[in-house]
Amino acid sequence: MNALFSFAAGLVFGAGLILSGMTDPGKVIGFLDVAGNWDPSLAFVMGGAILVGFFAFRGAGRRGRTFLGGALHLPNRRDIDARLVGGSVVFGIGWGLAGFCPGPALVSFASGVDQAAVFVAAMLAGMAAYALAERLR
Amino acid sequence: MTIDWAHFTPWPSLAGGALIGFAAAMLLLLSGRVAGISGIVGGLLRPQRGDVAWRLAFVGGLLAAPAALALLGQGHAPRIDAGFGTLVVAGLLVGAGTSYGSGCTSGHGVCGLSRLSVRSLVATLAFMAAGMATVFVARHLS
Repeated sequence: MNALFSFAAGLVFGAGLILSGMTDPGKVIGFLDVAGNWDPSLAFVMGGAILVGFFAFRGAGRRGRTFLGGALHLPNRRDIDARLVGGSVVFGIGWGLAGFCPGPALVSFASGVDQAAVFVAAMLAGMAAYALAERLR
Repeated sequence: MTIDWAHFTPWPSLAGGALIGFAAAMLLLLSGRVAGISGIVGGLLRPQRGDVAWRLAFVGGLLAAPAALALLGQGHAPRIDAGFGTLVVAGLLVGAGTSYGSGCTSGHGVCGLSRLSVRSLVATLAFMAAGMATVFVARHLS
């Protein structure tokens, strides 16, 4: 049952990414290109998502449980460390280079875009390298 | 700076964004999980008992989205300038960076900011600034 809801959430999430234009790397780079011909669309995507998300997280926090009575698995870290900032900077450089972040890359891969397949393979390799490094720590 | 009116799509982007927020609300209020794509995928590379099915199902839904929208007549035409080498480097940086930074555009940018998390705000400002700096160097300095 839980898996069915997760599938539905993933489907709606992917549909939102496509409809919002975020699966087009040209649009993402157009947003990041503040010094050039700027496309502000991505700010509207985040605005729409956060507007809805804000009420969802506030409601979930007040309930303390899911609608089905299950536990909420929320991040509880509040510290700001070098890994958070450094990792995010590295992510941002990769994002700016190709215009893909993880969600849109997976959706584009599924719609048969060759470049997205290359990107996703490299992204999984980067994640696997991290998992290996953590295991060796 | 000029505004790229030819590509600017305020209403579809706002509506698509609201749909993304609704999907995050579904995952949160029905499955009790945060919709951070890099975290969901990363967790599959370090599988833990009882924590795999919902991740696979969410990724399955994400991968089914283009086919579902195609049935409704909605396609998408990506503009991709990056060549093979750039895609490989970019993918490695995104995979490693989101792992070390504990999140990406969805986990920190959408869910984290929705939760008013200062940690996610710092991460979002960091990857936005780095992305803007990278595009500036690639487009205007080389």
